[in-house]
Amino acid sequence: MLSIEDFPEYQIPGAKQVRFNPYESNGGSVVAIAGDDYAIIAADTRLSSGYSIHTRHQDKSFKLSEKTVLASTGCWCDTLSLASLIKARMQMYEHLHNKKMSTTAVAQMLSILMYNRRFFPYYVSNVLAGIDENGEGVVYSYDPIGHCERKKYSAGGTAGPLLQPVLDSQVGLKNQVGVERSPIPMERAKAIIRDTLISAAERDIYTGDGVIFNIITKDGIKQERIDLRKD
Amino acid sequence: MALADICGLSENLFNDTKFSNKDFQADVIKYSSNFDNHYQLAAPPFENPCEGLEKILANGANDGIKIDFDHGTTTLGFRFQGGVLLAVDSRATGGQFIGSQTMKKVVEINDYFLGTLAGGAADCVYWDRVLTKECRLYELRNKERISVAAASKIMANIAHEYKGAGLSMGMMLAGYDKRGPGLYYVDSEGSRTAGSLFSVGSGSVYAFGVLDSGYRWDLTDEEAQELGRRAIYHATHRDGYSGGIVRVYHIKPTGWINISNEDCMDLHYKYQEEKLARLS
Repeated sequence: MLSIEDFPEYQIPGAKQVRFNPYESNGGSVVAIAGDDYAIIAADTRLSSGYSIHTRHQDKSFKLSEKTVLASTGCWCDTLSLASLIKARMQMYEHLHNKKMSTTAVAQMLSILMYNRRFFPYYVSNVLAGIDENGEGVVYSYDPIGHCERKKYSAGGTAGPLLQPVLDSQVGLKNQVGVERSPIPMERAKAIIRDTLISAAERDIYTGDGVIFNIITKDGIKQERIDLRKD
Repeated sequence: MALADICGLSENLFNDTKFSNKDFQADVIKYSSNFDNHYQLAAPPFENPCEGLEKILANGANDGIKIDFDHGTTTLGFRFQGGVLLAVDSRATGGQFIGSQTMKKVVEINDYFLGTLAGGAADCVYWDRVLTKECRLYELRNKERISVAAASKIMANIAHEYKGAGLSMGMMLAGYDKRGPGLYYVDSEGSRTAGSLFSVGSGSVYAFGVLDSGYRWDLTDEEAQELGRRAIYHATHRDGYSGGIVRVYHIKPTGWINISNEDCMDLHYKYQEEKLARLS
């Protein structure tokens, strides 16, 4: 394809070229931990663009069913369009198969939906948490073009690289000898998520203001809120 | 107005209050086109997907928007008298960040047929899933299992179809069919090669070193498994993009079995001890 660069004689000195730039980073962080019979997924509530904060009260989690919650950060417009697409597809599934979509099925579907945009990816960092068919807590994390992995805990978003090592140490007990590996109680999981996000707000400019927890158990989903630094 | 008419644009394109449920449904179908036809991915809103995407991603250096896909790394496979042996590491990296240390780089296509993945994780997993479907359909249509040659040809055709679009895959397809053990290398450039010994990924140079020094056709099953494991271990030791767990799979005439999944760190101390014992 020919572009202005191919015609140097037409270039005007001092003229600035601006390329098609479809993405925007709106920031935010997500942390999820799954236990034996529960899953907790939490996201901060700050939505910003560059150095300015758009809002301090944006819930970044999407309740997809009574057993599944998606939290996603990145380009907020991509997040919204992806979430509404998932919801529509889940409704279609329900009408077609006359049953609710399981968390595992939603996880696989999300992967395929994201891969559909392989050549123009959604700029999102997704973490999906829920209860699977056997009543066990699960977390799925994704790369931007839909590679997904089933895990017990995961962190994503702008402070993801800051949070994940803390989870590896506190939840995964990675590379520690002589530690007792026992199932993690819900209160402990909640405390770890709270502490990691408080720390992230300390060091990441895109994370702060508040946290919304989604606690998923067989009895349904409960939301809880805490405050973070607002600077 | 004339141009807008020719283009089929209505005057109130952007404030059309008649946006109906039908439009929404059409959008849903459009944005999940690969549900109905797995080969039909959404077309990007720019020409030349490979270059266009590259430019957008390169722009990330200016505005901090980095889209790093997960990449997979050292994999190896060889044929020997006992069947086919595959060994892989489990590290997935997105840029410099280790996204996962527990990734599954062996895809279980059916009981007799495995695929390894290196390169873009999402690319490999998605197309291996499509291949799994095609293999199952073949089985249902022809009342017999697909040969490794035919299955690898399907994969190579997919890769060729998308050549130049920017996919990144380097996979080995291995299985046991009526011709015996089969091993093919297929990549996103569209090449497809049958062979007895392959290693793919950034750590492959290190794996080849170990592999070539120990490979023979008449290896026993245990020797072959140990050779594969050791080759991957040495690759994880020298290559920063490889690591995690060393997974070993063995395909026998009766189907594949997962031999072992060992942590690199445990293997390191095991081999260290053996070395010291040998030297003393």
